Amino acid sequence: MCGLTLALILKAARDSVKALNPSQWNPINQRRWHNFKKNRRGFYSLWIFLVLFIISLGAELVANSNPLLVKFDDQFYFPVFKAYPETTFGGDFETATEYRDPFVADLINAKGWMLWPLIRYDYRTINYDLPEPAPARPSAENLLGTDDQGRDVVARLIYGFRISVLFGLTLTFFSSIVGVLVGAIQGFYGGKIDLIGQRFLEIWSGLPVLYLLLILSSIVKPNFWWLLGIMLMFSWMSLVDVVRAEFLRCRNFEYVRAARALGLSNGKIMFRHMLPNAMVATLTFMPFILTGAITTLTSLDFLGFGLPPGSPSLGEMIAQGKDNLHAPWLGISAFVVLSVMLTLLVFIGEAFRDAFDPRKQFG
Amino acid sequence: MSQQTLLKVKDLSVTFAQGGQRVDAVKQVSFTINPSQMLALVGESGSGKSVTAMSILRLLPYPMASHPSGEIWFGEHNLLNLPDDELRHIRGDDIGIIFQEPMTSLNPLHVIEKQIGETLLLHKGMTGIEARERTLELLELVGIPDPESRLKSYPHQLSGGQKQRVMIAMALANEPKLLIADEPTTALDVTIQKQILELIAELQQKLSMAVLLISHDLGIVRHFAQDVVVMKDGHIVEQGRCDDIFQRPQHDYTRMLLAAEPDGLAPALADNTPVLLEARQMRIGFPLKKTFFGRVKEEFLAVNQIDLQLREGETLGIVGESGSGKTTLGLGLLKLINAGGEWSVHGQAIQDLDQQDFRPLRRHLQIVFQDPYGSLSPRMSVSQIIEEGLLVHAPELSPEQRQQQIVDVLREVDIEPAAKDRYPHEFSGGQRQRIAIARALVLKPELIVLDEPTSALDRSVQKQVIELLRQLQQKFSLAYIFISHDLAVIRAMSHRIIVMQAGEVVEAGPTEDIFNKPQQAYTRKLLSAAFTTQKREMNSPTWFSS
Repeated sequence: MCGLTLALILKAARDSVKALNPSQWNPINQRRWHNFKKNRRGFYSLWIFLVLFIISLGAELVANSNPLLVKFDDQFYFPVFKAYPETTFGGDFETATEYRDPFVADLINAKGWMLWPLIRYDYRTINYDLPEPAPARPSAENLLGTDDQGRDVVARLIYGFRISVLFGLTLTFFSSIVGVLVGAIQGFYGGKIDLIGQRFLEIWSGLPVLYLLLILSSIVKPNFWWLLGIMLMFSWMSLVDVVRAEFLRCRNFEYVRAARALGLSNGKIMFRHMLPNAMVATLTFMPFILTGAITTLTSLDFLGFGLPPGSPSLGEMIAQGKDNLHAPWLGISAFVVLSVMLTLLVFIGEAFRDAFDPRKQFG
Repeated sequence: MSQQTLLKVKDLSVTFAQGGQRVDAVKQVSFTINPSQMLALVGESGSGKSVTAMSILRLLPYPMASHPSGEIWFGEHNLLNLPDDELRHIRGDDIGIIFQEPMTSLNPLHVIEKQIGETLLLHKGMTGIEARERTLELLELVGIPDPESRLKSYPHQLSGGQKQRVMIAMALANEPKLLIADEPTTALDVTIQKQILELIAELQQKLSMAVLLISHDLGIVRHFAQDVVVMKDGHIVEQGRCDDIFQRPQHDYTRMLLAAEPDGLAPALADNTPVLLEARQMRIGFPLKKTFFGRVKEEFLAVNQIDLQLREGETLGIVGESGSGKTTLGLGLLKLINAGGEWSVHGQAIQDLDQQDFRPLRRHLQIVFQDPYGSLSPRMSVSQIIEEGLLVHAPELSPEQRQQQIVDVLREVDIEPAAKDRYPHEFSGGQRQRIAIARALVLKPELIVLDEPTSALDRSVQKQVIELLRQLQQKFSLAYIFISHDLAVIRAMSHRIIVMQAGEVVEAGPTEDIFNKPQQAYTRKLLSAAFTTQKREMNSPTWFSS
């Protein structure tokens, strides 16, 4: 089992390395990549977004209350990855070391050194040493100030960005799978299956999503996966119509007929011959599903029905900004991060749409 | 020259520039048209004949297109550098144009009267009663039955032939001195094609206007044009009187075009050849109205009570105009659409088999489609396309054996096996059709349904494909069901023929009987509408005496 997974991962890695080299692509994809690059705004947005995303993926290395590397008594310690009891460094307690404690710091610095990340707070580290009651205004120690529980805003934004994007990507991925599958089946078989599917979609899309989410999240204790599951129940619908239309169109293409004349099974025809056509529509839609997912998560967090308390979330920070109007750095920072993120994604989405538009001709 | 000349094209070149690439579509072309002359521009697709004609009215997509050299003199105007507003007076007034596709060249949202009236208003300033009378006169001229009631018709209420007549009426509205007809009948059935061409020729005489006819069909050109310009790759290879060119072609290319008419007959079969496919009472209907529970209340019968029989190694030609149900019949026999009736292969009844049970039989029954661009999946390489059937029907083969079979079958259809990893768009139309044939052939079928396999191809390529099909039939004793509207091709390929009209068999019999002694009026009409380059009944305008 483990070997198989490993083999799959290796294959995926090899494929993606091959897939990332534009000169290896077929001419259609090369032209798409060319069109994508022609949209300068989208192209730069993609790079900026990728850099931000990769940085936030390594949030633990950028903002952490533990040092990256400790040298103590000629030995190296990696507190980011492993918790060491305080006694290791000559302290009194058996509990995990509090490196930010000046007493511990002195102990370590006496016999070695510590390499700190850029920001010495993670998303739940509380700064007990504030010059004023929390929320504290921006200072050299807390670049964007702290929130109303004394936690560093920059650290929380980095972690919040990561969780938002990851949530959005996972939701997009799963809702695309469900949406494409349902759309493909409806479009391929047509007739009664299509009719019943369409009526079900109409009823399902008529449900008030936000209220249902509120009700459901008051029944279960919401966490990342619960929220994902609940939102997946509704977010798959946006793709169905596009994919279905594409499949209905392709159904009578001659090469689909030819495939049937060769005796291919329905599944093979759907996924080898028809899905590639529908993928264009799907890929064009994806960035917009992503922004939608992020916005929904943020609004749930804002209302307090989202991620569990204490999680770094942009919505929760906006709520704090609303509660603490005298501390504008809270609301403004969250707003800027959120709007930059969504704007970048929309620009990338537009460039995507250009890239997949066969009628678009760039000089 | 004298004032005899109506239009003089001198050293015309057309270049298209796109994305840094420049394509020379027309190179240094010169010809003249005199009043009341019908000049034909002939060539295969991509020869630049349409582009030449479009540049006369500057209808090309400028500024992508440009003219590096050339002059087009119409009277004392050089059309290539005439200001736009002056050119607009010439368009539709002195020079009329009809396009290939009557289905899309009329605006679907306006009635006929309005569309014809528009040109009258623009160029003659006619309105109201005056315009209506002129419109009626025009519709009568182009032979629209009961023109009064047609004035308020929308284009979708007219047949293809009637639409083309309306297009001609619009082009003639202002009695142009020159009519440009760009493949005016390519989208139409043969019987309608004949009517339309006769109409154009008749009007040419009656109104003494010049006609520039653009066509790929040498049969048409020979029957109607007085002078011919033969084009190839943007050059004029030969021009002159129609009779001279057809009887004494000087250039190799012209000779090749003339020789491209399919000829020969299907080789005779032994009498005791076993029957491969037998069908009785084939019936295919498309539901028009259904009850709530899905029971069909009303249906359109595309194929109605057809019997047919096919022996091993035999070719059965199915002829008919569009909408006659010939393609539907072919698809129904292969269970690609639902069909009723009884039919059997090698005595095994297949009408009641479901798709699952029928799958093993598919190997023996293959199909090649009309459009070589649409029938190959654009995202798969040639070897993947051919391999697909083998994966289903011969899963026991090792990858090496499969590759070997792919290479063999590509050799069989004259495609370089080294090209097997390329994608369909890198091949020409004829090559793509060969790949489609290879895909069917690799399964070693006994019957191939050929659904208009050559009608999307140029004549010269068409001949090669027909030769190939013939060779393959001999070699593997394949049976063909050959569906086509092209009588010349059908005649060259088939042992027996079925003539279909509106879903029913009009006449069936051996090829020679049908062509030499047609029994039914419809068959005779169909045969008389086909033009060949070989024979020409009469030369004078009285040819269309009806």
